[in-house]
Amino acid sequence: MSLRDSPLGELKVPLTWAAAIALVVAGVVAVAFLISDRRETFQAEAYGATRRASDTVLAPVGNVLAAPGRWTGAGVDTVRGYFFAVSENRRLKTELKEMRQWRDVAIALRDTNDRYRTLLGLKTDPPIPMVAARIVTDSRGPFANTRLANAGTEKNVKAGNPVMSENGLVGRVIGVADGASRVLLLTDTASRTPVMIDRNNARAILTGDGGPNPRLDYLRGRDPVKEGDRILTSGDGGVLPRGLPVGTAVKGLDGRWRVVLASDRAAIDFVRILLFEDFTQVVNQKALSVMPVPPPTMGGQAVGMARPAAAATPAPATTPAGPAAISATPPKPAVAGAAPKPVAATPAPVKPPAPKPAASATTPTAPPKPSAAKPAAVRPSAPKPGASTASKPPATAPKKPPAPKPAPVAEEPPI
Amino acid sequence: MSAARTLEPWRWLGVPMVQALVLTVLFGIPFRLFGLQLPEPVFPMAAVFAWAVIRPSILAPFGVLVMGLFLDYFWGGPIGLWAVCLLVAYGIALGGRTMMAGQSRAILWTWYGVVTAAAMLLGYLFIMLDAKSAPGLVAIGWQFLATIVLYPFAHRLIEMFEDADVRFR
Repeated sequence: MSLRDSPLGELKVPLTWAAAIALVVAGVVAVAFLISDRRETFQAEAYGATRRASDTVLAPVGNVLAAPGRWTGAGVDTVRGYFFAVSENRRLKTELKEMRQWRDVAIALRDTNDRYRTLLGLKTDPPIPMVAARIVTDSRGPFANTRLANAGTEKNVKAGNPVMSENGLVGRVIGVADGASRVLLLTDTASRTPVMIDRNNARAILTGDGGPNPRLDYLRGRDPVKEGDRILTSGDGGVLPRGLPVGTAVKGLDGRWRVVLASDRAAIDFVRILLFEDFTQVVNQKALSVMPVPPPTMGGQAVGMARPAAAATPAPATTPAGPAAISATPPKPAVAGAAPKPVAATPAPVKPPAPKPAASATTPTAPPKPSAAKPAAVRPSAPKPGASTASKPPATAPKKPPAPKPAPVAEEPPI
Repeated sequence: MSAARTLEPWRWLGVPMVQALVLTVLFGIPFRLFGLQLPEPVFPMAAVFAWAVIRPSILAPFGVLVMGLFLDYFWGGPIGLWAVCLLVAYGIALGGRTMMAGQSRAILWTWYGVVTAAAMLLGYLFIMLDAKSAPGLVAIGWQFLATIVLYPFAHRLIEMFEDADVRFR
């Protein structure tokens, strides 16, 4: 029996009102979804099971649908390569010649950098493992700029991992599913990326606005940016490693500084997901936040926490004399590049108060640590491949290395 | 076949919904032609407008909700954003339905533009509050233009089904 034949069929509700009620119910559901959404957090569970499921389904679909586009692009490249082989060969030869010179400079600079690092005892970042993935869907609207990559939890991708194309930074992972990960692009309105200007290390926050060129916000100082400045990640906050290329600065039509993204130079089909974990993610946060219980004290001798430790070990009272003497003498050998004296091998666990303000500016080189002493003596020369050419670039090489410059140390008056 | 024949929901709700979602997925593939990306229109907007003009319905708002949620999941935006925007667009069109009846194509196109602009304005305001940063007006303008040129699809849908159910003429 159909509804029309039933007695209830005569019961008529004005359809416009019924539609309005349905509209309100649907609206309430939609608003509830909207309020409960937490898309851009770093918590893996905030991404939600529904999003993960939809990404898992959409990734293979997008992969299949994007295949004709990839084949077309590959075909066009093949035809273009055939017809423009001669001119491209000429261009590549010119580029190769230039690159060879840069390679020699790079080898020399790497050697210089290695020596400085060992002299300073710098703990450099370990190499970052990475995973290759293919972009399968792409959203470009004003309210959402994300891409779906076909690598997920099975390849140890985590929320927060930076994503790069061959040209530069693309964004970061905000959600991971099995076989798929959602990449929040730098252009998304929810994207905030700490960056720096390569020329002067000035800091800024790269803020997406849905357009192709994100803004540089929170710039400080007078004219910190110039047209064409290279923009790199600053590594501040620890989410991204320092020094990833982002793009170049341009003045927008609205008068604000914006960035032409390096990753926009070519179509983004393949990306590298950096499995980067900074210190704050690696360490055990709980262990760090645990307050150590002070040792029991002998009745009424001490009130504070520091005093009993000092009282328990009276010997360190004499140790400052050692390091103080060391810090007063060693800067000269460190700068001259000669092998450190045996006295440098004695560790300086307790840093004594700086004897004078002038020396405090150069403290990085002042107390030579054991780790610095050995490699500097062991590795006196440049790597072999560039040995013949390395003699030319070092003229420019010492100028480049940043922060702890050796020149001021050399001018320091002897003590 | 009587004149009082009812309109099957799958014909005027189901098929346009599937078509809009398939087109959304097709335009979401990463493809560049001569360095230019595909536009990203809001395909469901045409169906949403047409549904409101054709007749009031209990099922249509839930169809709009489903399409909006799909857009949010597919595009990776805040979940519920496009669902709310499309429902607001549907509500405006439903409220102005009596004024649109019997109007010319150009007037209906203007209405479609107004409804689309209202939906995008709402999205703009929400994103501004949520991300504490205003979305670029140029990007919104491009999507608005790409969406309003879809009106012929909505008009075709209206012409197909406006007279299909004589109770709502």
